[in-house]
Formats: sequence, C-alpha cells, structure tokens
Amino acid sequence: MSQTSFKKIAEDKIQPKDFAFDRDNMLLAKKILKIYPKNFKESSIMPLLSIAQNQNNGWLPKKAIEYISDFLEIPEIKVLEIATFYSMYNLSPVGKFHIEVCTTSPCMLRGSDEILSFCEKKLAIQVGDISKDKMFSLSRVECLGACVNAPIVKINENYYEDLDLNSTDKLINNISSNKKIKIGSQSGRKGSEPRKSSYDKKR
Amino acid sequence: MIKKDNIIFKNLYGRNDPFLKSAIQRGDWKDTKKILKKNPQDIINIIKESGLRGRGGAGFSTGMKWDFMPKSKDKQHYLVINADEGEPGTCKDRDIIRNEPHKLIEGCLIAGYAIGATKCYIYIRGEFLNEASILQKAIDEAYNSNLLGKKIKGSNFDFDLYLHYGSGAYVCGEETALIESLEGKKGQPRLKPPFPASVGLYGMPTTVNNVETIAVVPTIIRRGHEWFSKLGRKNNTGSKIFCISGNVNTPCNVEEELGIPLKYLIQKYAGDVVGGWDNLQAVIPGGSSVPLLPKNLCEDVLMDFDSLKDAGSALGTAGIIVVNKNTNITKVILRLSEFYKHESCGQCTPCREGTGWLMRMMDRIYKNGATAEELDLLQEVTKQIEGHTICALGDAAAWPIQGLLKHFRNDLLKKPKKVDKVA
Repeated sequence: MSQTSFKKIAEDKIQPKDFAFDRDNMLLAKKILKIYPKNFKESSIMPLLSIAQNQNNGWLPKKAIEYISDFLEIPEIKVLEIATFYSMYNLSPVGKFHIEVCTTSPCMLRGSDEILSFCEKKLAIQVGDISKDKMFSLSRVECLGACVNAPIVKINENYYEDLDLNSTDKLINNISSNKKIKIGSQSGRKGSEPRKSSYDKKR
Repeated sequence: MIKKDNIIFKNLYGRNDPFLKSAIQRGDWKDTKKILKKNPQDIINIIKESGLRGRGGAGFSTGMKWDFMPKSKDKQHYLVINADEGEPGTCKDRDIIRNEPHKLIEGCLIAGYAIGATKCYIYIRGEFLNEASILQKAIDEAYNSNLLGKKIKGSNFDFDLYLHYGSGAYVCGEETALIESLEGKKGQPRLKPPFPASVGLYGMPTTVNNVETIAVVPTIIRRGHEWFSKLGRKNNTGSKIFCISGNVNTPCNVEEELGIPLKYLIQKYAGDVVGGWDNLQAVIPGGSSVPLLPKNLCEDVLMDFDSLKDAGSALGTAGIIVVNKNTNITKVILRLSEFYKHESCGQCTPCREGTGWLMRMMDRIYKNGATAEELDLLQEVTKQIEGHTICALGDAAAWPIQGLLKHFRNDLLKKPKKVDKVA
C-alpha cells in the first residue's frame, strides 16, 4: 500500500519500446487464464499485471499495460485503471532492492518512524526516491499485516520483522554486500510467539 | 484460560512443519470421507448451533450466512475466502496460512460442500507472497491426495480451490469490494441488497468468509457443536486468535477463549504494558477501526463481541493495539486517519472527502492543540461520514476519532506536549 511517487507513470524517455511475456511467464499466464470462467477474462488482469511487473524488474511500463490489454482483448483503460488503483503496482522504476517501511500505528508505536528516517539517511534518498546506482528505492507503506512482529520492513517479496536501528543497519549492509539474510524476525523469534514466557514452554 | 486440549491451532507458532503429513498428525483431514456423507444442511446446522460468529470483524453468525445460500443447484455457487488481511493491529490469518494451511483448505472443502459450492477462490493479499507459496504447496498436496479435485474420497463431490492474489487495497477486505476485485475491477464496494448470497461473484450465489472462520470449521464438525459452544461465553462462543501489538513487552498472537479479560491477555501473554500496567494509557481492542478504551475501562473488560460493544467499542478482528503513557495518543489516531484517507476507494463522497478532512484536522490538533469549537467540528465531521457511505470504511475512519474525543477531550484541549518518544 505505497504512498509514493512510484505510482506516477514514468517519463517517455525511460519507457521501454516493447514488452512481451517471456516463455515461462507465457505458460504461467495461460495457466492463470484457466482458473477463471472463460467469459470473465477481466479476472486475470491483476495476476497478469503482477507477472509483468516481476518480469520487468518491479515496475510496469506502458507497453506492458498495452500488451496485457491485447493479450486479454480488454480495453487498455480497464487495465490501466487496475494498475493505478492497486498500490502494489509501480508505474515507474524501483531499485533492485525496493524497501517498503510499514509506518501505520502498530509499527509506529514500536519505532517505525525512526527506522524510516534511518533508512533515508543510510541510503541517502528520500521516501519515493530511487538511488543513483538504481540499487535501492524507498517507500512508506500502510499496514503490512504482521503487527505483533512490528516494526516491519518489506524488501522485494520478503518481510523483515522485529527490527530496531541496529538490525536495520545490519540488514541493509548485508543486502548491499549480497550476503544471505534470514527472512522474518531479526530478533531470534520464530514466528508470533511471546518472546520469553514460561507459558511458551507449556504449549 | 483455554485448556491445552481445546486449542484449535496447535501449530500457530510454526514449531512443526505446515504440510500434509504433519497436519494429519495434528488431526487434520480426519474422517473427511464420513463428513462428505453427511447431509449438507446438517453441517450448516452444526455450525449454527455451535454459535460460531464470523472472525473477520462483523461477528455475524456463520451458520446463518451459509443458510442464506439458495438450496437449488441450478446455478454455480461460489465460496470465497477473505485472506486480504490488512486491518492495522491484525495478523492472525497470516499465521494460519503459513502454519496451518491444511485447516483452511479442509475448512474450504467442508464449507463448500455445505453451501453447494464446487469452486472456491482464496483472495490473499499480494504482500503475503511467501505465505501464499506455502498455501499453494499445501493445495497441491491436497489435490494429489484426492482431498481436492474430482470425486473427493469416493464421494460424488467435486471441489476446486484457487488462489487469487490481491495487490494492495485495504478496502478489498470488504466482501463486495473483494468480489469486484476478483472480477478484475477496482475494489469498490457494491450496494447491498442484493447480498452476495443471491448475486455475488460473476453474478452467482456466493459466500465470503474470513480465513479464521473457515479454519475452525473442521474442528467444530469433528468435535461437535456442544464442545465449541462450551468454550467462551453465551452468544460469544469458541476460541479466537488475539493479536497483541504496540507498547507491550512481548507482542504476540495467542489463541484464547472468547470472554477472556483484556488485562489478563496483556499481562499473561504480552508480558504486560511497557512500563507496567499503571503506565497504560489506552487500548484499541479490535483492530484500528474500533473506538479506543481508556485505562479505567481496560481494567475489567472482557474480550468478546457483546462485552466490548457494551463498553462502547467492538471486538472487530481482535487485534489489540496497546498504547502506553509515553506515547502521544493523538498521534496514534492521526496516523490511523492518514491510513483511512489513503485507503478510501473514492466511491462515496462523505468518505472520499471526509477522510481527508479528518486527517487534516487531526494533524492541526496534534500540532497546535484545539479549541472546544474545533473539537465539536471534528465530532460533527465524523457524524457526517458515519452511516453515510456504502461500506463500513467511512465508519471505520470515524470511530477511532469519536473514541478519542469521548475519552480524551480534556487532554486535547490542553496545549500539546512534545511527548513523541516511542518507548
């Protein structure tokens, strides 16, 4: 649920000239078409946009919207309407690592504002920006739905939870240097259990 | 306190693997063959008598909802599962999906059988990619074991289950917006009636249920409605996953009986309020959309639908957001106002415009303090939104502010102190 400028359609000069599904995604797209009734092809718009966005490094160029509209034989405006309504579709380029910091109240109560400004400083970019080397982009998002593991940062498709400034620093360092990082809690928790509790052992 | 034996989600914390073999050891998929021989109406009656109320927020009787489905089978019936979890403070469905996916899948099968639906879509929020891939793997396992697909376990019942990914829109948690979204449109709620049970997905009879609601169904069917209705309190039966977040020492999810005291939940499981119980300022007890409760009401309020309604709030999704005295409560509610402004789908004018008004007024009050007239105006704006929109998002934007005005009016009239530091 992004609140940033990644929803603006990218300038013409960075729009690619063409878009088409690669072989794997074409197979996937045909599979997706089959799960909805034949006369309701619109249902496939959302999943196909997601596939296209994945294929195109995390954002949707105009050509991809045109392509999906042709693919489904649906007016382009209907596809564009979906791409602008739903916040996960980016209409301009994002970094290789797209960092989304959840800042809604449950995260805010556990320090997400500090994490967000730390990220801005550390990456030397503002919310809504992409770094010069195209490695990082930063976004402030609404509730990611993992509130008992707050604060949470989503980087590409993964959640990193139970963060503080130290672990956020470490996380970004490890990502920049391509080190393997544990997904999920960064504080040694497995899931959503109470961290230390005598009750814990009983279950 | 819930007895160990009565806990439904035994793998809530993911200590064991989520997949079929392990799920069967936990008791899932037991007697599926026998259950599919029951009369569908009997299954609906068991759920009715168990007193199960929807776990997604509204708390409507699940059995009654199922009974609204037409009994004739001349049209395709659909079951749609709402896994678009995004209510701030709520993260229970995520744990069910990633740690107990087979409870959800089995629940879909039984619910589908009861309402005569042979197709089911699980609408999962797009951010839950890793959770969805676990669920997809579990669905594939179920297909391979003839627990989904054609002629399930020798019966005459065919049932197909598909995953559909959302893409980031809170409003799609509203059942008709979710249906619109599944149909490939903007997630804008429909006018009711007609209700989805008569005109739902693709114009066909449809039931939309929350993940947790469906995931408890198999256990109720196996252990009986008497067992379930003995848990909790009258009209508020069963157990429920509570999510305790915010200023507590050990935020966590926990399954407990409905009607458990709020104070007990916070102290026993969440390691108490940061700074001790006396440092408590307020609790938002049911996800961000419900009015907050100040400390004095938190002392002995019980966590169930009716008790919280009597206390002037609601159980909602049972996402408990704890706010202590080190935090500026106006800022917490302001942040929620920003959330609702961002998530308003733009269909109804009172909500589209009103959520922006609320946010801007809250921002001004947070920064500069307020006069009595300003607070009256704020209250008036919430009343102009509440009840004047197609769906409940407008109400949800109004209620947290109404709660703040009701319980913290005197504090709002004081000049703002800078106590922003989060504990």
